[in-house]
Amino acid sequence: MNAALAIDKKPGLPISGAESAFDRAVGLERPVDASQLDTTHGVILYLEGITVSFDGFKAINNLNLAIDKGELRSIIGPNGAGKTTMMDVITGKTRPSAGTAFFGQTIDLTKLNEAQIAHTGIGRKFQKPTVFEELSVFENLELAMKTDKGIWSSLFFKLSGEARSKIEQKLELIRLKDQAHRPAGLLSHGQKQWLEIGMLLMQEPLLLLLDEPAAGMTDEETERSGELFLELAGDYTLVVVEHDMDFIKQISARNGKVTCLHEGSVLAEGSLEQVQNDERVIEVYLGR
Amino acid sequence: MEKTLTSRLFGPKAWAALAAFSAVTLILVPILNLLVPEGSALHLSTYWVTLIGKIMCYAIVALAMDLVWGYTGILSLGHGIFFALGGYGMGMYLMRAIGREGNYQSDLPDFMVFLNWKELPWYWQGTEHFLWAMLLVVVVPGLLAFIFGYFAFRSRIKGVYFSIITQAMTYAAMLLFFRNETGFGGNNGFTDFKRILGFHITAPETRIVLFGLTATALIGFLLLGRYIVSSKLGRVLAAIRDAESRVMFSGYNPLPYKLFIWTVSAVICAIAGALYVPQVGIINPGEMSPANSIEIAIWTAVGGRGTLIGPLIGAGLINGVKSYFTVAFPEYWLYFLGLIFILVTLWLPRGVVGQIQTYFSKQEKRA
Repeated sequence: MNAALAIDKKPGLPISGAESAFDRAVGLERPVDASQLDTTHGVILYLEGITVSFDGFKAINNLNLAIDKGELRSIIGPNGAGKTTMMDVITGKTRPSAGTAFFGQTIDLTKLNEAQIAHTGIGRKFQKPTVFEELSVFENLELAMKTDKGIWSSLFFKLSGEARSKIEQKLELIRLKDQAHRPAGLLSHGQKQWLEIGMLLMQEPLLLLLDEPAAGMTDEETERSGELFLELAGDYTLVVVEHDMDFIKQISARNGKVTCLHEGSVLAEGSLEQVQNDERVIEVYLGR
Repeated sequence: MEKTLTSRLFGPKAWAALAAFSAVTLILVPILNLLVPEGSALHLSTYWVTLIGKIMCYAIVALAMDLVWGYTGILSLGHGIFFALGGYGMGMYLMRAIGREGNYQSDLPDFMVFLNWKELPWYWQGTEHFLWAMLLVVVVPGLLAFIFGYFAFRSRIKGVYFSIITQAMTYAAMLLFFRNETGFGGNNGFTDFKRILGFHITAPETRIVLFGLTATALIGFLLLGRYIVSSKLGRVLAAIRDAESRVMFSGYNPLPYKLFIWTVSAVICAIAGALYVPQVGIINPGEMSPANSIEIAIWTAVGGRGTLIGPLIGAGLINGVKSYFTVAFPEYWLYFLGLIFILVTLWLPRGVVGQIQTYFSKQEKRA
């Protein structure tokens, strides 16, 4: 195993909703006690009967999905199957018109905003890499770091030695150590993807949602991403949306489950082999 | 390696420049104005002191604009309202300080006598006290900014929509203040001030004190702004400008951040307005006209957004040229201003200071 892969394997539970007295005074934040996260039944994310419709068009139609703690789940499906919309629902960007989304047994995600959901321990990587272009790579990671994210603690924030070494560790992991002080906007597409993954890990989430993480990466980078995800699975729970079937094959090699979405619902679920041999999946991908 | 606060704020050259600026404004200008006799070639006339003082007030406004526009990406085209409200707060005190020296020898300000009002409206109560008026200067614009910002940012109004709403806000306020019934002197506003804290407002000594206070405020706000933008909060603001959704998914609620910088910026503008009025001697609703607020954005763009020092220089340059132009070719000033804006957008997109910084960083790389 690569030495750089030796990462902090104890994500721990995030601290409860970090907000300042000011935030509370103006009613901006409701505290979310993430230490309540209850995964005793082995399920970390549970979507039931989720429907999202945009002007009558159902982007997601009665979607049911359960993700086990520590799982590495791959999600495939043709364009417009509702993969990104599903991530929008989980992270609070889109409110479902029906259905429930539970994080653990107790946290109802449909009642929280984006920042609160991030605090409960869900990290998301966008389809298009989204980093803070004018800030340096180091500063990008610094901002993502799990800490009190209210305004006053940001105003008087001082970087501790411990935090610095955490950032340096992640820099090594995502192979950007020599780029640490360059603006993130100057990185290559693949490097930005890595930086964004590094930022997710700085948040110490329990669940990572990765929307096409291998897009725009070289073959070598893609393969290393796969290795990293396999490494993270178990301690973290990962949900990966991808089109690259070689990549799916790589990350689902260790009994990883694959879910195929189609027209907003689950079409098939099981091992990659099962899904690939499913009559309906073949029909959807190849046409009638 | 831990840096001390002073070295985190500025490098040694910038501190030296700041010290030089302080020495000129707080020592040299008073000496040249008050101690050097009027006939001498070195004498600095009170006209110049007032003009530079006025431009420094504008520079403070441009600095406030840079905090929200340059660093957070929120373009306000209504910052004039905060400047004007600060000015009106100071103006209320100055009107009351006239006492019975006005044309009508009444306890009420002249415009109220003219309107046949018999007593002070409730919101004028207490404005004869300087400290109360100064509290109004800070609190009223601050509260307005806070409430306006809360609803605008909560509704996630961004970009050009936000700019248009701020423009509408200042325009509406201008119409309101034009009305005599509003109780702020209608379209004439406040003028003919006599005294401030007992001192004659036109006395050279008073002018120099106001000038010195303005210079001190400018330096103070520059340091405050620098502290904010170099803190982690400043980096969160830059992050909001670059990718707001990533900020949210990183666990930050952008609302309190935007609201904080927006309100701080409004209060800084208001204080600049309060310093402006006793030096210029008049405040009227024209200060709230949309064109004034747009001009603030131009100062900031010309000097260089996101540099703090740039907007100060931009405000100085444009207003320096303006005070010459509006005397020499008054009817062409707006065309000229428009031309400057177009040229800067085309050839100096990062403004004067931004361009200089780029030049030097290229030189460094070559060396």
